[in-house]
Amino acid sequence: MKRQSIAEALRDGITEEMERDPKVFCMGEDIGVPGGFGGAFTVTLGLEQRFPDRILDTPISELGFFGAAVGAALMGMRPIADVQYSDFLFLAMDQIVNNAAKLRYMSGGTLSVPVVFRAPVGATGRGAQHAQNMERYFIGVPGLKVVAVSNAYDAKGILKAAVRDDDPVLMFEHKLLYGSKGARAESGTVDGSSDIPDEDYVVPLGTANVLRPGSHVTILAWLLMAHEALNAAQTLAQAGIEAEVIDVRSLAPIDWQTIGASIAKTGLAVIVEEGPKTGGVGAELAAGLMEHCGDSLAAPVARVASADVPVPFAPVLENAYRPDAARIVQAVRMLVG
Amino acid sequence: MTIQNASQYPPDLLLNLYERMQLIRQFEERVKRLFLEGKMPGTIHQSQGQEASAVGVCAALNADDLITSTHRPHGHALAKGVTPEAMMIELFGKGTGCCKGKGGSMHIGDIDKGMVPAIAIVGGGIPLAAGMALAIKMQGESRVVACFFGDGATNEGAFHEGLNLAAIWSLPVIFVCENNFYGASTAIAKVSRVAHVADRASAYGIRGETVDGNDVLAVYEATRRAADECRRGEGPVLLELLTYRRTGHSRRDPAHYQPKDEQERWFARDPITLLRNTLVDELGDRLDAIDTRIDATIESAIEIARAEPEPTVADLTTDVYTTEITR
Repeated sequence: MKRQSIAEALRDGITEEMERDPKVFCMGEDIGVPGGFGGAFTVTLGLEQRFPDRILDTPISELGFFGAAVGAALMGMRPIADVQYSDFLFLAMDQIVNNAAKLRYMSGGTLSVPVVFRAPVGATGRGAQHAQNMERYFIGVPGLKVVAVSNAYDAKGILKAAVRDDDPVLMFEHKLLYGSKGARAESGTVDGSSDIPDEDYVVPLGTANVLRPGSHVTILAWLLMAHEALNAAQTLAQAGIEAEVIDVRSLAPIDWQTIGASIAKTGLAVIVEEGPKTGGVGAELAAGLMEHCGDSLAAPVARVASADVPVPFAPVLENAYRPDAARIVQAVRMLVG
Repeated sequence: MTIQNASQYPPDLLLNLYERMQLIRQFEERVKRLFLEGKMPGTIHQSQGQEASAVGVCAALNADDLITSTHRPHGHALAKGVTPEAMMIELFGKGTGCCKGKGGSMHIGDIDKGMVPAIAIVGGGIPLAAGMALAIKMQGESRVVACFFGDGATNEGAFHEGLNLAAIWSLPVIFVCENNFYGASTAIAKVSRVAHVADRASAYGIRGETVDGNDVLAVYEATRRAADECRRGEGPVLLELLTYRRTGHSRRDPAHYQPKDEQERWFARDPITLLRNTLVDELGDRLDAIDTRIDATIESAIEIARAEPEPTVADLTTDVYTTEITR
């Protein structure tokens, strides 16, 4: 057992998968340049020394190398392709949506596309184009699985499950949670570290995780917001409100079994999302709550999300954009009454 | 008009090339009729006139080499060995087609024959082909990928990014541009100042070559050279095959944007007529026999396809993931 940051746990996870299976390889920008920084957030730092032929530095060419990752996956390789900032996924959209997600269906089930895409999200002092939470654009793409990790244990376990999965998996990570060190360290980070077992493990795709049990209200969150939800739950507990915090973790498909069991217990749901409220993942969760647990709901679902604006730069504006524990507490109090 | 130097080739090869081209032409003509009669669903993009590029390229590949194709894929599929039956069943939207009726005309393919389902987003197959070749190289195999696309695709970002990636990693890809001079109805000269698509190869530091795409033997030779280079680790190569569409862009398009004199010039150099004229003196009887055989093959494919079962509604939600997911 050792304490690791998300960046370290992902690095070990990638290393172990590459050692286990020679078909696993990484492609991305600045991921393996000696003297460089191991990708934008140090996840692949030093791996090029261990795997000189399987850490592929690409041109700044997201459409090109995401497409190449899909092509290599079709041929039985297991690529892990990452973008430096998730906003760049728009450049690779055609290859993700039209090729990776659809080729199995278009081929009548004869092909599979075992590729992993990784993408860092979150408002982190970079203004509008290096800051979006891109989850919303992908959860409704049939053929694609979408995951989002809030801690190092999940990051390693979900990465391993994704690499071993035969379908395309898009994995979102949060810049403030990586725990990147040195020149790539972020300011304003939140501790995403975990105790990591020495032995091999996976966290199955498609599962949500109850981070904190509670009986009065269910808070659904993921990535950075899972931490804000836990902070909110602590504050609420002081007032006698026991919130159950669920890390949704798998955004497509959504684990309605775990969520449904919680709502059956609490009857109240608050969804917390970093990103504009309109058309967000929270909208799908809210609709799903009505369909799957509508009879258990004692009050309408509440959403805490960002304003419908691009991500701003000024710290005071960015902090107003990003939901926090105080806003979650307020929403829960309104709901619990 | 005839093809020079044909006598250097064994008759069996020449007849095989003729048969493949004629199969495509007759297949496309019958499909067009079925479509216009309202008997075939969907939309179609056809390749009459471009048979020499599909056949010349695929004949120069090995069975385990791979191709990617476009929204105009019927010729490529037939040239790579997908059977007319499997294709006809797919075009009729039947559940037993080569893509179980989930692909259709624009996504036809069969990976067992070395053809990925056709990628109908213009240029979308180019980065994909680079990645397939990357896998081949990483696995130490000597296979090559031939990536078909049209002149219209050369203005897509995917063309630039895919060629550049393949170039920096010396990947075994033959980028095959079938330059039929029109992207849908827009003339390539209106949307590019580069005289020849092959000239663009220099932007990536790779070899480019412009070839008479209606001369099946010229295409065959150019592809063999390119494939050899790729297998030696000297790829990728950009081949520009000059050819011409004898039919509209899609469906009922009468192609009024093709000037009459241009059409006449190209129709006089029809790829199948060229080869037939070349072979007819010595092999005329065998050419006639091929024509008759193809007729029967296609009629039988249609008959079989019509009798095949439709997909069931339950098939709608299968083949999305490798293991079923309940939502």
